[in-house]
Amino acid sequence: MTMTGPALPAGDPLLAPHPGNVRRRRAGGVRRLASHIPWLAAGAVLLFFVLAAAAPGLLAPLDPLAINPAAAFSPPGPGHFLGTDESGRDIYSRIIHGARPSLLIGAAATAVGLALALVLGTMAGFGGKRLDSGVGRILEVLFALPGLLLALVFIALAGPGVGTTVIAVGLTSAPGYARIIRGQIIALRNSPMVEAATVLGRSRSHILAIHILPNALAPIAVLATLGLGQAILWAASLSFLGLGAPPPAPEWGTMLSAGRTYLSLAWWMTFFPGLTIVLVAAAATVLSRSLKFRGTR
Amino acid sequence: MSTPTATPPRRRAGPGRSLKWLLGRLGGGIFVLWAVATAIFFGIRMIPGDPAEAIMGGPGSQASAEALAAARAEYGLDQPLFVQYFGQLWRLATGDLGTSYSLKSPVAEVLGELIPPTLLLAGLALLLAWAMALALAVLSTRSGPWGSAIGSGLEIVSAAVPHFWLASVLIMVFSTSLGWFPPVSTNAPAGLVLPVATLALPLAGFLGQVMRDSMEGAQRSPYALSARARGESETGVLLRHSLRHAALPGIALSGWALGSLLSGAVVVETIFARPGLGRSLLQAVTARDIPLVTGVALFSAAAYVVVMALSDLAERVADPRIGTP
Amino acid sequence: MNAPVPVLRVSDLNVSFGADSVVRGVSFTINPGECLALVGESGSGKSVTARSLIGLAGRGSQVQAGALELAGRDARRLSQRSWRGIRGKQVGLILQDALTSLDPLRTVGKEIDDSLRLHSSGSSAQRAARVIELLESVGLDDPVHRAAQLPGELSGGMRQRALIASAIALDPALIIADEPTTALDATIAASVMELLGGLRRSGSGMLLISHDLAAVARVADSIAVMQHGQLVEHGPRDQVLGDPQHSYTRALLAADPAGKPRFARLSPVPASAEVPPGLPAVSRPPAGAPAAGVQPALRARGLAKSFPVSRSAPFQAVRQVDFKLLPGRTLGIVGESGSGKTTTARMALGLLAPDAGSVELFGEPWSGVPESARRSRRRALGAIYQDPASSFDPRLSAGSLLADAVSFGATRNPRSHTAKIAQLLQLVGLDPEVAGRNPATLSGGQRQRLAIARALAPEPRVLVCDEPVSALDVSIQAQVLDLLDDLQQRLGLSYLFISHDLSVIRHMSDDVLVMRAGEVVESGATETVFTDPQHHYTRALLAAARVSAGPGASGPGGSR
Repeated sequence: MTMTGPALPAGDPLLAPHPGNVRRRRAGGVRRLASHIPWLAAGAVLLFFVLAAAAPGLLAPLDPLAINPAAAFSPPGPGHFLGTDESGRDIYSRIIHGARPSLLIGAAATAVGLALALVLGTMAGFGGKRLDSGVGRILEVLFALPGLLLALVFIALAGPGVGTTVIAVGLTSAPGYARIIRGQIIALRNSPMVEAATVLGRSRSHILAIHILPNALAPIAVLATLGLGQAILWAASLSFLGLGAPPPAPEWGTMLSAGRTYLSLAWWMTFFPGLTIVLVAAAATVLSRSLKFRGTR
Repeated sequence: MSTPTATPPRRRAGPGRSLKWLLGRLGGGIFVLWAVATAIFFGIRMIPGDPAEAIMGGPGSQASAEALAAARAEYGLDQPLFVQYFGQLWRLATGDLGTSYSLKSPVAEVLGELIPPTLLLAGLALLLAWAMALALAVLSTRSGPWGSAIGSGLEIVSAAVPHFWLASVLIMVFSTSLGWFPPVSTNAPAGLVLPVATLALPLAGFLGQVMRDSMEGAQRSPYALSARARGESETGVLLRHSLRHAALPGIALSGWALGSLLSGAVVVETIFARPGLGRSLLQAVTARDIPLVTGVALFSAAAYVVVMALSDLAERVADPRIGTP
Repeated sequence: MNAPVPVLRVSDLNVSFGADSVVRGVSFTINPGECLALVGESGSGKSVTARSLIGLAGRGSQVQAGALELAGRDARRLSQRSWRGIRGKQVGLILQDALTSLDPLRTVGKEIDDSLRLHSSGSSAQRAARVIELLESVGLDDPVHRAAQLPGELSGGMRQRALIASAIALDPALIIADEPTTALDATIAASVMELLGGLRRSGSGMLLISHDLAAVARVADSIAVMQHGQLVEHGPRDQVLGDPQHSYTRALLAADPAGKPRFARLSPVPASAEVPPGLPAVSRPPAGAPAAGVQPALRARGLAKSFPVSRSAPFQAVRQVDFKLLPGRTLGIVGESGSGKTTTARMALGLLAPDAGSVELFGEPWSGVPESARRSRRRALGAIYQDPASSFDPRLSAGSLLADAVSFGATRNPRSHTAKIAQLLQLVGLDPEVAGRNPATLSGGQRQRLAIARALAPEPRVLVCDEPVSALDVSIQAQVLDLLDDLQQRLGLSYLFISHDLSVIRHMSDDVLVMRAGEVVESGATETVFTDPQHHYTRALLAAARVSAGPGASGPGGSR
């Protein structure tokens, strides 16, 4: 667009896309390259940890469970470059080996959340007025116990453990996704696209299967990416509170929970596993943002 | 051009409308509380095993036979399910939240003690988050493309930083290394700084992101251009126009924000060893003290309903287009 | 007589955003009481020019000028503070739609008061009185009440008047109006344009920016035509309209459908390539042929439809609409916003069930029939819309869209119907390589052509066109209208053509329906209705519609 200075009104119809303008947008090649850096970096971070989950031995040759009392509480340095914990286990190796359980828990929780959201969202979106308001009420109740509260109530009933964590975190994230999916379906149902297909003589089921569902589900990729980061955060929070994976396992949240006791003595025990979680969640957020951006263009 | 552009008259306040709004909100709130109570009631009974044992702390609690018998008597567990259910609803409706077996005192009393410190914490955090989010929104729109890049970077990071890690880092820096603030929270101002900051920072990142979007929209809008063309300064455009537009989504999200603060309070109160709703909920969950868990859940849901109603009211005050109920 | 000091003199204005040069070497002068119209299509740089004149070209812009004088004062090196003293006081800016150009959260009175307050003119009580005065002077009734209302509570015309009041609050020497009437209905636009004309007569200089050459012809003293950031023609109005020198100006004038007879070409380029083989060449029945005995393609009797806006008072969108669309002919429906023309079209398409009345398609019932029974007959009836992009499935390429239409939904693989797809694209004047493109990357005109190709795929006999050119620039509009003309003659199509634009309707239709507030106020043969309107509303519409662009405009336009 030729005249998009930031102070110009965005709603001006005269600034609507124009054939001659598309070409001009390609001008800043360097800037275009720079705009790719965030998602490339985010992708690299996620790829690294996926690799760690698939083949931890490749990235960290040390045994994450090997106890070495003599080297307990070593600060970050040559031998253990992220330091050691209270039993002398290598923090870096534990982080790498912790990738698999942490990512798996996150992915499983995301899957549970999205599956639940899909059921609720499509029911509300397609099911007609009464079902829609019914699902709306259920969502309202779930929203009334946001975040950890719902997860904690669920754990109180079902007892702690990895399986419970997965379901609890999925349950926590489901209402938000369900609302997005519902909105998407309703917007599509009322779109001119559906009207045009009707005019062309397509049946309702054809329109549903060919035009509405695929377009409604496209944002799921964005949601799943974002959700993975958030699910890892939630799961780690539960582990940190002592409700997740049992202690000796090198899972990120559990490592944090163990390090909490020695916060003043060995800061690296808490800092690095936490940083890992932050990195993964941030990478997932950045990646989902650029996916969304690409989707809307 | 082809759609009818009838302009509805602004909806004015009237006693009938206000009452309708209030009743609607009240009905919705009661429904939410009923649903939470019902879900927990049937949740307990869906778990395999003895519900009395579940109420008394699960299979690991090794409650004595007398205690289990007492629980059965109190909750009428030997009666038919629907009698139990309506009995439970009736007790809750009359304000009898039962007895916390882990604390050995009535749940209502326990909540009475726990609510004020948590509300203080959450309220301060909400204020701080609002202030930071507005500052972030203003800064990132005023300092050009770089400011906006730094702003969105900060937002992504703060959306990805969990409370537990932020609290740990803050303690390491400001307590262990610098010694400015105590690592254990008290109600003294210095003891509140770290917990409040921990809760507020991620929330500020999220609110800031939303506010920045609408602030940027306002700054680029035709009405801002009109204002500039009238001779309005950039500060004037910001204060008289953009800030208000930026605040609207923040207000709308306040109900959600309070929920996320209560959820964060579980972690923060635990780390800073601060008495409150969150820490006690965790203890109750660990001990599987169902009456206390039910009490905290009902209070949180009620708080959410109230705050949603309040933020709806505030939105109507800030946005004259909606009109007061 | 001494030459007056011009209110605005700009020479060799250049504006660029980074490497993009948006305005190049623009020069003009505006004297007190003079109105210069700056005309150009979207992306021509006219709005940026206007904004540069008050130092608001936007972030990231570089503005250079040989001279930029506002009321004799050099404005090239002004500080922000000095600019603020000039804006609003010496120059007033009026933008397109007051719904977005006035802060939706503040009352109209407050917005106008800002202009006064910023240049510290009087106490708050004095200013409040002046606000009322201003609202009254722009023709708003009950100004005290209006001042306390939000922009969203006013009608489009009232809002625009309030915006004008805020721009003229301090009696600026120069008024810049950027598309001030584009968002308004024709009758409202005419009265707002009259208000602006009055301001100029009271001594203000005016820069009037528009995409529509004919619309400004009545008000402007001189006209500057802008294309690709440059002024291609600049001169007194009658000279520019009557004896245009530049081919672009001539093309713009030729593109205006006003005063062009039915089937006269509006665009210099051929609308589509040669008739692709394999298409039946149906000749159009001779115009004006008596309709007796001919079965209508589409017929409506007593259509009515209401929508539940509130429980107490449903909104009656359409009442008692009758029409008859004959094969091979065009029935135009014209009306302002809210007239019910789109609702009528949706009922004709069988997308909306009428509350009362009936629709017949080729003599057989079309409304009140279950959709499953209608589906097989839908082939006969196609539709194109104002915004084609939103009617495309965003996942599909142009070729896939056509494959879907050609195969009746059986496949979206463009390779399965290559020949037919290429033929359709050729028919609407698109390059066959467009098949591989994503519609989002096409221009507005190309997208509408693609939409037409898709609508033609099932070989329909009737096409419902709902504002098909309203979102397009004049020159593109001309091409699309020419294309529709061609297709009608070649394929014998019948059009139900809906538009708010009288000159488009007059150029395109054989018969016309004038609608207002859900009712047909007048109908008949187009030329009869337009030359001898019976209903006062039709007369008001015609009076408001821009008159034919002036001498020479209806001459041999389009010759290059």
